[in-house]
Amino acid sequence: MGAPLLEIRGLKTHFATDDGMVQAVDGVDLVLDRGETLGVVGESGCGKTVTALSVLKLIAMPPGRIVDGQILWQGRDLVPLRGRELDLIRAKEIAIVFQEPMTSLNPVYTVGEQIAEVLRRHEGLARRAAHAKTVEMLRLVQIPNAERRVNDYPHQFSGGMRQRVMIAMALSCSPKLLIADEPTTALDVTIQAQILELLQDLKSRLGMAVMLITHAMGVVAETAQRVVVMYAGKIVEEAPVRQLFGRPLHPYTRGLIRSMPRIDRAATHKTRLEAIGGVVPNLLAPPPGCRFAPRCRFAAAVCREEVPPLREIEAGHRVACVLAETIPP
Amino acid sequence: MSEPLLAVKDLVKHFAIKGGLFSRHSDRVHAVDHVSFDIAAGETLGLVGESGCGKSTTGRCILRLIEPTAGEIWFEGRNVTTLDRGALRSLCRDMQIIFQDPFASLNPRMTVGAIISEALTIHRLAKSRREFADRVVQLLETVGLDADHMRRYPHEFSGGQRQRIGIARALAVEPKLIVCDEPVSALDVSIQAQVINLLEDLQEKFSLTYLFIAHDLSVVEHISTRVAVMYLGRVVEIASARDLYASPLHPYTEALLSAVPIPDPEIKRQRIMLQGDVPNPIRPPSGCRFHTRCPIRKLPLCSQEVPELKEGPAGHWVACHLRG
Repeated sequence: MGAPLLEIRGLKTHFATDDGMVQAVDGVDLVLDRGETLGVVGESGCGKTVTALSVLKLIAMPPGRIVDGQILWQGRDLVPLRGRELDLIRAKEIAIVFQEPMTSLNPVYTVGEQIAEVLRRHEGLARRAAHAKTVEMLRLVQIPNAERRVNDYPHQFSGGMRQRVMIAMALSCSPKLLIADEPTTALDVTIQAQILELLQDLKSRLGMAVMLITHAMGVVAETAQRVVVMYAGKIVEEAPVRQLFGRPLHPYTRGLIRSMPRIDRAATHKTRLEAIGGVVPNLLAPPPGCRFAPRCRFAAAVCREEVPPLREIEAGHRVACVLAETIPP
Repeated sequence: MSEPLLAVKDLVKHFAIKGGLFSRHSDRVHAVDHVSFDIAAGETLGLVGESGCGKSTTGRCILRLIEPTAGEIWFEGRNVTTLDRGALRSLCRDMQIIFQDPFASLNPRMTVGAIISEALTIHRLAKSRREFADRVVQLLETVGLDADHMRRYPHEFSGGQRQRIGIARALAVEPKLIVCDEPVSALDVSIQAQVINLLEDLQEKFSLTYLFIAHDLSVVEHISTRVAVMYLGRVVEIASARDLYASPLHPYTEALLSAVPIPDPEIKRQRIMLQGDVPNPIRPPSGCRFHTRCPIRKLPLCSQEVPELKEGPAGHWVACHLRG
């Protein structure tokens, strides 16, 4: 077996601020295989987006800096790459879709011009061929009247349609990995369902891998095969999706799952939500030891002193909690 | 049945939008179109729907933060829509609102103490400086903050804490009804649960009545006694939370519920996919506004006649020609 599609080793991305270094991502290891959908979940500021942006080196440097670690794309480290070499990886090999489609599209160009630009630059297509391929891409993402809509400007599209345009642009050079950063967060629930179905459908048709970054546990449960849970810049748990939801081991993962109101359990009597007390730590000066310890009901003295390693407890199920086996389910 | 605390009757709100420089007639956005519902004292009515369905506009019209175009709002037997400024001000003691964005709804140049005590001053609810301070401390502690927070400014707080400040401000005047406009949408899941629990505790402690506006169907199900579903300015269904979620009647409600992702990979549900987007509220579709996307529509009936909101099974109201 060759190298995995993407392997992140010991990634640390820090940001310099007036108050000191923010340790936004602090030692992340993860592996993504060909054709796999990996969900990366966590709350605001947990480092999930910074991890994704680091892969494509889209972090503003300065103030950001990849302090340590490797990002191996099919065995080759992307961290030292720059300029043209990096451009060849972006779009052609790894593409990204952002949360807010309106701010990621240029308002003064038609969507057709923006997609064709990608094709001409990266695939070397001539104007006419690029136009034809653009229409084909818009059809692929199921935009009605693609041959007419190609000449429209971003403001003429609805939020859901704009996100389809972004997906068409991202997929135009047939990337092997699509990073989707909160692709449905700005959309209404019925439109979210359409976009998630489209992503699933395209993934199986085009055979690409997807890294789905989201804060919504429901979205992960329905789309990902494997899930990584992040908290305060570190991975706290990683497991195949069924194991993660069926037997979550980290107290934070459990807290996340249990703090949500559940529409599918409406019939049973109403119970109080299990909120996680406290707030996310300040990453300028994260707590020593386990970063979740100050909010953890089970925290022992050891948790506040030593950083828990990410340990494999069952095949493919890793958790960064020293007490994982002993805390009650 | 006793009189409801709040009754909304045939509420209409149109926003005029200006045409070009030389255009004489302007278009209107039909934000809220003939919406009616009641809220009984002590209950929580959830108001759900997607962006632009008019749920927030409805909430704001109730407090007359936006002047309604037509319709009546009755609070404890008084018609709110005809009150003059003075009477409206005294009514503000009974009705309060909590906003979605805890970053934008607190004045950054006022201390938390000043924000909370402003309403006490306006309504002359405290006599001495001492009394003011005591009341502010008491309110802060009620919402789970500390007394020494009163001298700090909003930017020193996290999103969840700011929402608590907003809640303390609303509670300051001892209201009977609080309009909660997407109060937890901007918060992370773990913090969201803290705020929902707080709202439930406060309801019990002060016998509050809530109009809970949100787009998150799971949150609304959890907190509401009854739920109203809106689509393009109209209420399409109202029922008890249990009935609405267990046996929705309107095809839009059905589709909306089936689109909610369930955080359990073992559950595979049949999803009703709606085609296309919500139509433009400047020119809403004729007849039933949902007919352009409805999977069960019967033409020409649904495109010609506006369905009335009718009571089907007891307490379960639906506006559909084919259901109910």
